[in-house]
Amino acid sequence: MNKNKKNLIRIIAAAVMFAVLYPLYHYLSARMPWWAWLIAFAAVYLVIAYDVLWRAARNIAHGKIFDENFLMIVATVGAFCILEFAEAVAVMLFYQVGEYFQDYAVGRSRRSITALMEICPQTARLLTDDGEQTVAPEDVPVGSVVVVRAGERVPIDGVVESGEGLLDCSALTGESVPVAVKAGDAALSGAISASGVLRVRTQKPYADSTASKILELVENAASRKAKAESFITRFAAVYTPAVVVCAVLLAIVPSLALGYNDSAVWLNWVTRALTFLVVSCPCALVISVPMSFFGGIGAAGKLGILVKGGNFLELLGKADTLVLDKTGTITKGAFEVASVTGERDTVLLAAAQAEYFSNHPVARSVVAAAKPLGFEPSPSVSATELAGRGVVARDGDKETVCGNLALMTERGITVPTECDARLGTVVYVAVNGEYLGAIEIADAIKEDSEAALSALKAQGVRTVMLTGDNARAASAVAARVGVDEFRAELLPDMKVAEVEKIIEAADGGNGGNGGKSKRRRKRGAVAFVGDGINDAPVLSRADVGIAMGALGSDAAIEAADVVLMNDKLTQIVTARKIAKRTVRIVKQNIVFALAVKLAVLVLAAFGLANMWLAVFADVGVAVLAILNAMRTLKHSRQR
Amino acid sequence: MVKTVRVQNLCCANCAAKIERKIGKLDAVNSASVSVFTQKITIDMRDGSEQAVMDEVHKICKKVEPDMVLLG
Repeated sequence: MNKNKKNLIRIIAAAVMFAVLYPLYHYLSARMPWWAWLIAFAAVYLVIAYDVLWRAARNIAHGKIFDENFLMIVATVGAFCILEFAEAVAVMLFYQVGEYFQDYAVGRSRRSITALMEICPQTARLLTDDGEQTVAPEDVPVGSVVVVRAGERVPIDGVVESGEGLLDCSALTGESVPVAVKAGDAALSGAISASGVLRVRTQKPYADSTASKILELVENAASRKAKAESFITRFAAVYTPAVVVCAVLLAIVPSLALGYNDSAVWLNWVTRALTFLVVSCPCALVISVPMSFFGGIGAAGKLGILVKGGNFLELLGKADTLVLDKTGTITKGAFEVASVTGERDTVLLAAAQAEYFSNHPVARSVVAAAKPLGFEPSPSVSATELAGRGVVARDGDKETVCGNLALMTERGITVPTECDARLGTVVYVAVNGEYLGAIEIADAIKEDSEAALSALKAQGVRTVMLTGDNARAASAVAARVGVDEFRAELLPDMKVAEVEKIIEAADGGNGGNGGKSKRRRKRGAVAFVGDGINDAPVLSRADVGIAMGALGSDAAIEAADVVLMNDKLTQIVTARKIAKRTVRIVKQNIVFALAVKLAVLVLAAFGLANMWLAVFADVGVAVLAILNAMRTLKHSRQR
Repeated sequence: MVKTVRVQNLCCANCAAKIERKIGKLDAVNSASVSVFTQKITIDMRDGSEQAVMDEVHKICKKVEPDMVLLG
């Protein structure tokens, strides 16, 4: 910060001096000898360039010649030598303004990303025998109680012991609606208490808490480079020496050929060579490409999408096949009453009286559905559970039978129309031998699954659903949400094989195309999305493994390449949009910067570019590329 | 093993790229990554070579970007 401010003052001072000196020089240049002007301009030059001079000298002492400091010195001192004083100072001034702006822009984008990741609180209120004590979160032992007041962040993962309140988890999930919590609920670190005082019993050390994990993950994302990034790094290693060699050749060869004893020829070609040198720094690319990816990762993180590296963002944008797990991904992964035949309330209330005695997930979902209808367990009911068939409950002389078709037949109850259990299981309900109705229980499809899949289709993504369920249930879900293909009755280990097949098919299919077109078309990537439970091997096998609803699940966060902090499938659509946009910006920058530099190099070689244009090609392009890269940070919430 | 070192005053992206290339070329290093944005160096190196590698890393950083400080 301080260094930046000093630089700014220096730049402004030099700019003012130059602004005064330049008109004087322009109108009065003949009135004073050339060396007086040289001294005046050299003074301004020293103000603006002393650090560059110092760095260049130091680097030469270290045996490193071809760095940008040295090149700028050669170019500007060269300009002094050919008596272009104003140009020399202006070029250096521009260069410094550009450098300053680069530093500023990089610092700003870095801060805005880290600010976004400031989800780790600095202190925790530890409850001790002597009352509350403010301590560093690292020092809070597992199993102790911390107090979280309204407006404060939960420091460590734990369980609410007492108190009620609202937790704002937007920093973790991107979900802006606060979650109501009461005693017994989980409280994840990084969430902000919107109201109420909570006492949280910690379950993990600080370093293993969600907030620390997320922070670590995003910080480490920068170390996994996208292909475009490594390309640029490799390119930069070749580009600068190549341009310098060209510049040297440009200065010597034509001069020798055209007139080695004509100083005007030498002057002309040396000027062209100097212009060459100014364009030789690959800064625009080297800085803007990683910055774009970093910004894209930051923008995604803000929406609760954690991308573990630029390479995964790149692949996600390229993904043309998305393999989805069914349970917990497309569906909620929990049983729910899907439909009721007969009088809904009556059937549910009657069934609940019996199912209350069972712990089966099907039974519990019936009770859960009856609760809002005013269901109260009656104390006079006794019941027997018949494993694999259902429950029979008795209240005085009233007998309620809930169960499958086998139980109904066994009891001699006639079921008028057999329900077509396409999605799940059917519970038939009868009271005193009279058929009352039927309840269909199914793993409900998430509200946004259909919208997400149609959006993916619109993006041109082929979708494949994998499930361990039977083919009938699978095809029903597939048809409902609109996935392109599905594979049913898969055991967990068969899912890996299936994903491998899909990847191979994608390779092979496009390889075949390669025969027709001259260049072999690069295949798109295959992404897999699962809920992170039992699918770690699949997550790691796919080109991009996406774990959803992974909040608080360490194993999933570990195995996945992209982590969706909430369980909305539409997040994938958003993530892909961010990825595509980021890659597009990266491409724009690469093409734009290279095109401008190449154009200026060619113009300079033919003597058509002056040093001003060269400085624009260097610093101006870098600044424009950085500004463009900063756009990746901003991603509107609109879908 | 993978080691992450925080740094300070690493300002120039081109220098970061240079440092990254140089560290990556060290014998005991499998891969290295230097980020201007997070001010971090991440080195994946052979086990047991930490001391030797870190000495080299210090030298490389001093040479390429003398203002830079390694925070360990």
